[in-house]
This record gives sequence, structure tokens and C-alpha cells, in this order.
Amino acid sequence: MTYDYPDTRGHFGPYGGQFVAETLMEPLRALAAAYDALRKDPDFLRELDGDLRDYVGRPSPLYHAARLTRRWGGAQIWLKREDLNHTGAHKVNNTVGQALLAKHLGKTRIIAETGAGQHGVASATIAARLGLKCVVYMGAEDVERQSPNVYRMKLLGAEVVPVKSGTRTLKDAMNEALRDWVTNVDDTFYVIGTVAGPHPYPMLVRDFQSVIGREVIAQSRDKFGRLPDALVACVGGGSNAIGLFHPFIDHREVAMVGVEAGGRGVDTPEHAAPLSAGKPGVLHGNRTYIMADVNGQILPTHSISAGLDYPGVGPEHSWLKDSGRVEYVAVTDDEALAAFHELTRAEGIIPALESAHAFAHARKMAPALGPERHLVINLSGRGDKDIFTIARREGISL
Amino acid sequence: MNRLDKTFAALKSAGRKALIPYITAGDPHPDHTVALMHALVRGGADVIELGVPFSDPMADGPVIQLACERALAHGTGLWDILDMVAAFRRDDATTPVVLMGYLNPIETRGIEAFAERAREAGVDGVLIVDLAIEEAPDYLPALRKRGIDCIFLLAPTSPESRVRAVAHLASGYLYYVSLKGVTGAANLDIASVTAKLDEIRRHSELPVAVGFGIRDAASAQAVGRIADGVVVGSALVSEVERLQQQPEALPEVLQGRLQTLRQALDADGG
Repeated sequence: MTYDYPDTRGHFGPYGGQFVAETLMEPLRALAAAYDALRKDPDFLRELDGDLRDYVGRPSPLYHAARLTRRWGGAQIWLKREDLNHTGAHKVNNTVGQALLAKHLGKTRIIAETGAGQHGVASATIAARLGLKCVVYMGAEDVERQSPNVYRMKLLGAEVVPVKSGTRTLKDAMNEALRDWVTNVDDTFYVIGTVAGPHPYPMLVRDFQSVIGREVIAQSRDKFGRLPDALVACVGGGSNAIGLFHPFIDHREVAMVGVEAGGRGVDTPEHAAPLSAGKPGVLHGNRTYIMADVNGQILPTHSISAGLDYPGVGPEHSWLKDSGRVEYVAVTDDEALAAFHELTRAEGIIPALESAHAFAHARKMAPALGPERHLVINLSGRGDKDIFTIARREGISL
Repeated sequence: MNRLDKTFAALKSAGRKALIPYITAGDPHPDHTVALMHALVRGGADVIELGVPFSDPMADGPVIQLACERALAHGTGLWDILDMVAAFRRDDATTPVVLMGYLNPIETRGIEAFAERAREAGVDGVLIVDLAIEEAPDYLPALRKRGIDCIFLLAPTSPESRVRAVAHLASGYLYYVSLKGVTGAANLDIASVTAKLDEIRRHSELPVAVGFGIRDAASAQAVGRIADGVVVGSALVSEVERLQQQPEALPEVLQGRLQTLRQALDADGG
């Protein structure tokens, strides 16, 4: 049976949907209708493909990590180099697409939420290119731990608003962006950075990110004559993972593993792994696995990586978990950090701490797979933004 | 006829407008909520909207965000709030109480368990901000079979087709969000509210209350001229914030604030 989700109302099985205040229901309907028309419009698709090629620099390479393969002593390790995209992460695939939507809808102002700052930078970048006003909401705590990205956004002409409510992280930034959108809905387009939020966002962000998986299908056939045996990607909200996984869902022979942020351990309260240790609930406009207490209050999360520090996850991941098509696991801060150093030294590639989570799990999988197996890891972003965090954690002053 | 229907029917025959204050349960402390509810009734409340605090109140402005944080700092949970309503009911059998909040606290307890406890406590209506009509069919039957009204929002962005669909599902009253924005915003435009209320009334016989952006006697009076009810939230919660260290002063202050609004509403043709 062919995988065909979401349904027309944005449901992935029991997940997804539209759980927002009435004021946003009509704007969401209009967005879904506009997207539905544009996704089939050859001119729009040509413009999008052109931007992805000439502005983002796609296709991103599928790189054979020979030294890592030898070190891990098992499967052939391939890296999907989303770190080589313009702005240094997969996030730009989506902002290019949504900004084109905003332009076609006649909006003059875009807003975005950001955790690590990668989506904020990608939004500010495309806003600069299209001459749109851009406001980025960022948790006050993230503003401190990701200061280089804050400065990049300001250089690009965006206004960065530190969000001081709640836990002062990504979830609170998303609340504040929703409040802005409800207030300025006439001229503003909300560029959501991950496959969460109300329908149609989980679907349209997935569609824009699926270029990752489509390229991997073609590149795998080109480089080793068949599809990979396994795919591994980190999951915060889950946009890089869904982008890699989605084109493979009907290829049942390809195993897929999503890696959540286990923080100080999923048996402690200090993690950000709702699929591994949470339960279904409603947050930010959709039903999905979340981290909440017995009263339904959203719990504070912890991860060394700001981009994974989120108590929810895209609803499609919840569905892929329940259906068993994707396996979800978690790795700790320490494991991610070790993988960060290993990749940096073994291949000369500094990965984002988010992506390092995928490597930390892949290194556990690789030995059990023979050398005739091919394992693709999504290197979702580069780690320049994280060097200050890592130096601080390791007691080094820069 | 439930308490909400009776209240609106009595107001209509008296030619009066409903005054509907909102406070957040557990703010500034759970021990004070029941006393504050009684104070609101003494001040002239016809219906009480009792906020269920949520960690991520995405439709609320800073005043109610902080109220949620104060209430949650004391661990105010959904079952605690139903206990408060039950305690209020021991001394007030007539004033309707509508719980207002977000879906996840209810979803976490389960709609059936929640609806049953809410009925036992004496809740009359539930307004779930992030539950629009599209997702409501999963939740409505549990409430309806216990005589609890599900209060729906309408907004300036709701096209006439949605107004019709919402009117079809609604009971109790309709809550018209007077502006594009969050609670406590200040850009109320009476002319556009008037036009939208005319449209709503073409599709529904239900009373229409108007909220968001009503902060004082003048704005309450202006809205009272065109709506069946006036919701006042952030203006009252600001007083709770101001006096959070002297909660013993709060009942009298809130009662006084409400009396001012009541007089403004009643003075206008009464």
C-alpha cells in the first residue's frame, strides 16, 4: 500500500490536525489552498528548483566517509552533506520554499521561531534576498548560548526578539511567533522551521525538505547501484529526518532510525526525547508525542543541542513511530559530544551538535552491519555555531 | 434549561447585558480563587470565566501569561480547579462557571473523565481556545451528554461560511474575539465589531459575548451597546498581578473594578 499522509484535514493517523485559536483557522485554510495550487504549478516549481540549485547550492553531496567506515568496522558510512548548503544546514531548503509561498501570497513580512538559530539565519537570509521584513523569535536562553547566530541574523537585517516567558527556549519562541502571527495576520507569513505546528505546516515543510531524500535515492543508485540499507537522522522537531525519510517510506527494505536528544539520560527528567519517553498530547497546533506532566503542563527539556531542545516532535514522526516504520532511539549529551569529536578528527568535518546525535547512534549500528551494507547519515548542519558551547563545556576559554 | 441558558434568558427579559469577568484559577494562589469568584459575583458578574492555567498559552498576552506562571508555580492542576468550582458551588448555586483554557490539560486527563468530574463540580461550560470546530467532534459528545456547553470563538478573520458552521455546533453563547491579536491587546474597533456581530446574528440565535481589548468602563459600555455580553480579563488580572503580595486586598479591589463596569453597562439603557 502506498503511504499517503496526511489526510485532507492534516491528520497522520491520530496525530497532526489544527489545534489553534479561531483567528488562525482561516489564514491556515488560505495557506493550504495556496500551497495546494502552487505545488502543481510548473512556474513555481521551476523557480523553487532554480533557487535550490543556484542559491542553496543543491544537490548536496553524498560523501563516502572512508576513515569513519574503517574506524567503526562495519557498514559503509555515507554522509548526506546538508552542512554544505548555503547558511550551513538543511533549514534553508524549507525557508526558500516558504518564502516563495509568502511572495506568491503577497505578504511583506515574515516571522520565524528559532532554537539553535539555524532556522532564524535561514529565514533572515531569504528575507534579505527577497526584500521582506523579518522578525525572529528566539528564547532568551538560546540567544545567550547561540550568540554567533544572533549576530548573523542581525547582519542580515532581521530583528531578533529574545523571548523571556516560560522556559525561555524554542517552545516559548514558537508561542511568541504564533502570538505575532495572530496579531499581524494580514501582512505576515509565519515561516515555521520544522515539521510541527498546525496543518498544513507539517506537510509543506516535509515536502520542501524531501529534496534531501530524493537526492539520496538518485545518489545511492549512482554511487553503489542500489538504495541504502539504513538511514539515520537526528530528531528535534524532525524536519531533517522527515526530509531524508519521506521518499523512502514505501521502500520497505530500507531501515530508518530517528535519534532524539537523550540529554542526561531518558531515565532522568533532563532530556528532550518525547518519542522515547513522552506520550501523546496537543502542543503548538497539533497532536503528537510531547513531554508533559500529569496535569498536561509542558515540561522543561534539556539537551546540549539547542536545536533539539523541544518538548514536542512533528506529528508525522509520531505516526511513523506507532506504525513501526521508523525506529526512534535517544543518545545522551556525552555520546553526542564524543561523536562530534570523532567526526571532526576522522573526517575533517565539524558537525552541528544536532547532527552529532545521529552519528552517536550510527556508530552503535555500524559494526553489526557487514561491510557490504550501506548506511546513510544525515549531516544536517555544520558545527561552527557550536564551538563556543563545546569550549565552555570543556573548560576552554576562547 | 441549564444555568447559562437561564442567565442569558433572564438578562434578555430584563434588557440587560451580561458582565463576564475572567480570572486565572490559582492566581495569585489557589487558596484565594474561590473567594475571588464570590467577589466577582458581588461586583455584578453574570457568568464567571475561570482560566485553567497552561504552560504554553499561545493565544494570551503577557498579563495572562504571567497569571498562568503564578498559578503553575503553586502547582494548580485541572482537578484542583474542579475542586475550587465545587467549593464555589456550595455557596452559589446560580452563577454559571465556564472553564477557559487550552486542550492539553483536558486531553491529558481524558475528555470523559474530565467531563464527568466537571459536571459533578458544577461547571456549566468549557471554552477551549485551541479547539476549533474541525477537531471538536472528538470532544463535544462527552460534554453535551452531561449538559456542559462548549463555547466556541469567532474572530474577525472568520468568513461567513465558518460563522455558519460554528453557529451550527455552538451552545451556551458565542464568544466573539474583537480583534486580531492576543488577550489584553488594545486596538478595539467598535465599527468593525458591530458589522461582524450583525453577520453572526444572521446565523445564530445564541447570545454573543465580546472579549479581548475591553479594559475600562468606556470600552465595556461601547461593546455593551452592540453585544449581549462583555468579557473582561486582562484588566482584572492586572490587578491580581499588582496586588499579588497583598491577596487579602484583592476581593474588594476586584469587586470594585467590576462594579464600575457593571454601572457603565447598566447606565446605558439598562
